[in-house]
Amino acid sequence: MKRLGPFRVERVLVPSGAWVLTVSLGAVAAALVAAGMIFWAFGINPIRAYAIIFAGTLADRRAAPDILRQATPLLLAGVGLVLAFRAQFWNIGAEGQLLAGAVAATGVALFTPIPAPLLLPAMFVAGFLGGAVWGFIPALLRLKLEVNEVVSTLMMNYIALFSVEWLIHGPWKGKTAFGFAYTDAFPEAARLALIPGTRVHWPTLALGIALSGALAFFLGRARLGFEIRVLGENPTAARYAGIDPVRTVLLAMVFSAGAAGLAGVGEVAGIHHKLLSPGQVSLGYGYAAIIVAWLARGNPLAAIITALFLGLIFSSGDVMKVMLQMPFRVTDVFNGLILFFLIGSERLLNYRLRWEPGRRPGETADA
Amino acid sequence: MLEWILTAIVRALAVSTPLLWASLGEIYAERSGVINLGVEGMMILGALSAFVVAHITGYPVAGLLAAAVAGGLAALLHAFVSVTLRANQYVSGLALTMLGLGLAGVLGRGWEGIPLLNTLPEISGLTYMGLALAVGLWLVLHHTRLGMVIRSTGESPAAADALGVNVHLVRYLCVVFGGVLAGVAGGFLSVAYRPSWTEGMTAGLGWIAIAITIFAGWDPLRAVAGAFLFGALFHLSFRLQAWVQPEALRMMPFAFTILVLAATAGRRRGQGAPEALGLPYAGGER
Repeated sequence: MKRLGPFRVERVLVPSGAWVLTVSLGAVAAALVAAGMIFWAFGINPIRAYAIIFAGTLADRRAAPDILRQATPLLLAGVGLVLAFRAQFWNIGAEGQLLAGAVAATGVALFTPIPAPLLLPAMFVAGFLGGAVWGFIPALLRLKLEVNEVVSTLMMNYIALFSVEWLIHGPWKGKTAFGFAYTDAFPEAARLALIPGTRVHWPTLALGIALSGALAFFLGRARLGFEIRVLGENPTAARYAGIDPVRTVLLAMVFSAGAAGLAGVGEVAGIHHKLLSPGQVSLGYGYAAIIVAWLARGNPLAAIITALFLGLIFSSGDVMKVMLQMPFRVTDVFNGLILFFLIGSERLLNYRLRWEPGRRPGETADA
Repeated sequence: MLEWILTAIVRALAVSTPLLWASLGEIYAERSGVINLGVEGMMILGALSAFVVAHITGYPVAGLLAAAVAGGLAALLHAFVSVTLRANQYVSGLALTMLGLGLAGVLGRGWEGIPLLNTLPEISGLTYMGLALAVGLWLVLHHTRLGMVIRSTGESPAAADALGVNVHLVRYLCVVFGGVLAGVAGGFLSVAYRPSWTEGMTAGLGWIAIAITIFAGWDPLRAVAGAFLFGALFHLSFRLQAWVQPEALRMMPFAFTILVLAATAGRRRGQGAPEALGLPYAGGER
């Protein structure tokens, strides 16, 4: 083994939780420094920029709840992706699944005669199914025809995007919307309750937390959760154990995509109260959810923390837009850099340093 | 009627030009064993660099060179993260797309709505060069030693390594080459096809190029057919606007991609992806 000064570099198969946290935090910090250098090249003092962001997000009592609002769709979509990634299914389609959920919920809210107390539950069910269908198609294509799921889930994003555009310009265009491209407003019974004084639609947030708890339990205890884990970690062993890959991946994808669909319901029923342009329904939550899931390292409960963190990035983007006159794409710069540094630091997880001064390189600890 | 068909073919060729360049680059990257999902990001950075340089210098060709450099540098980042650091190639490519779209959006503000005085024609040298490039790259891949080295690196890096091939170097070169071509593809959009800069102007073309790579069975000559097919489809979706809602038409190429991949799935099995595609190689650490 290599030595590094007084340390011995050791390989570890399963890194400790504390080490994973240290490396992840280090990667995120490095990404923020890199983003700061981009600010600097732009003529903006990075320290001042981060001070403004801090003052406009975490330190502002009225702005801070917005982190929760943006974390809500990220949590729902992210928790779903944790499940898909555990089954080794590259679901890049959370964005489209979210939009499909929003469309399904809008259809129920505007065009069904479901009475008031049942309307919101019906919208959530429809949203889950809408998202699930959007994920089911690529899953089936991959399992039956070996169609690459990265490409197909991505194409499904674009199909969802243009479907929403088509609906709001065409058949679903609101009668009261005059020249604008959006649907009529939802009836009162189809709107989600907010935490007073904020725009946080708490039922969706609660749903996200409950779902991550349920999935953590499910992955750890239930038989299907075990099958997903085995299938993801060792497909050959899964086949010998008699695990049906088709059924398992399909189920994982239905839940994964359905969860993203729920996020879409929350956005239209909690914030906009109508279906509008896809870029407004989702600010790219489906893509950012990939970071939420990746940061959470396969743990649904950790996704609560990572979704909050990404929520903070999104609210920081809003602050930068207003206070620093940056274009909205600045959030993508942050997301891209964080993702790069996260996966770049991945290898560090398999090593650890042990304090061992004075020992010769040839000797080993076990000797 | 004949004139209508000719115009349609010419227009389809114009759209298929960036698709062909980008997918040829992706074919070489993937043949060496590295999947790069950052095509969209490399293209948009190429489009912005080409526009800015063409606007400042007045030479669109200088813009294309800048696009090639920008695409190559972006690909270098992917190569470093996925080849040297051996990180997950899918996630690295996605990060590159996010970063590219983000950087181009941030840096490109202020260039929107500015007309470009000197532009290249839609059917420019790039269209013919793309076709020649496809033939050349096919010859290199299948009939030269270099092509064999690239293919064996993607099929079995350990075997290639044992024969003295520098796996990491081959992968670096192929990924950067792919980035250069993707950059030029983006540059074509902003100095020839639609001579202007608009945020997000690649609009999914990078992803279609990745789909063409699969559709073409990782073969440069078949990529010509794939690129033209999708180019024709894009053009068709533009032509039919008088009769069908434009939004419904614009989703057509994306829906068609899924249909084509599904329809050709059975046929593809024999001539599938490079064996080691997407797998990092830990040379020298055995």
